[in-house]
Amino acid sequence: MYTTLTSAKATTGLASLLAMVVIALALNFVAGHAQSATLHNAAHDMRHATGFPCH
Amino acid sequence: MFQRMLTGALFAGAAAGLFAALLHFAFVQQVILLGEQYESGELAHFEAASTAATDGHAHDHSDDQGHDGAETEHGHSHDHGAASDLQRNGLTVLFTVLIYVSYAAILIAGFALAEMAGRRINGVTGLLWGLAGYLAFQLAPAMGLPPELPGTVAADLGERQVWWWLTVVATGGGLALLAYGGKVWMYPLAGAALALPHVIGAPQVEGYLGVAPPEVGATFAARVLGIGLLVWLVLGWIGGHLWSRRRAA
Repeated sequence: MYTTLTSAKATTGLASLLAMVVIALALNFVAGHAQSATLHNAAHDMRHATGFPCH
Repeated sequence: MFQRMLTGALFAGAAAGLFAALLHFAFVQQVILLGEQYESGELAHFEAASTAATDGHAHDHSDDQGHDGAETEHGHSHDHGAASDLQRNGLTVLFTVLIYVSYAAILIAGFALAEMAGRRINGVTGLLWGLAGYLAFQLAPAMGLPPELPGTVAADLGERQVWWWLTVVATGGGLALLAYGGKVWMYPLAGAALALPHVIGAPQVEGYLGVAPPEVGATFAARVLGIGLLVWLVLGWIGGHLWSRRRAA
């Protein structure tokens, strides 16, 4: 019982962790790397100022 | 668990992002605008020297810099496309917050992983995580791809982005092994991971094609890297504190 509970808890934890990483990478891609003209223009100064490859 | 991570990331990321935006407008924005004046041809490097030599108007150059805001908009509207300075700067604040929320989410996912492995995270360890994040996401990539002043000519964008990600992953992985590996054989592996991107080398262009004076580029790069360090430390410290408080609650 105990093992089942801990492993269930670990699985939820791992799923949350993976979800968090996916959200983080998606946000990072949109704000920092995506090259659509609108996004690029909007994020332009931030991209330069945080050292992302820009242009 | 997920909610705890998400609120932590949102709060720490927003706080660090707003701090970064404040420092951006205090130190970096005017250098970007100056760089854009050289990029658009409105200013030319050595213009002052040659003007002074030919007709004796040594002050033309510095006069030009006096009203950079309005003139930059004319000379460079293609690059940012924002209707006004207010809109342009508002978007900079928004995207600075977004990028630091994404960094905070990565950091806090790392906290969760460390905690699953039986490690405790608090404000002090958070500070070290912030330092590691800075090394992985800013300093190590900057060793090959220095922060680019607008107008900098660099290699193919796709190749640079690939090298940027490789460097982030290798540096982050190497630092994690150093900090949490605990086995002797992991240390040389960590060293190899840290060195790998720099052994491969970042994509470069032949020659030096920048139009802005080197002083402007150097000022820009130094300020970007200095601010990055400060903001990452704040991010790690706040994130670590939030994480340990919520565990206690």
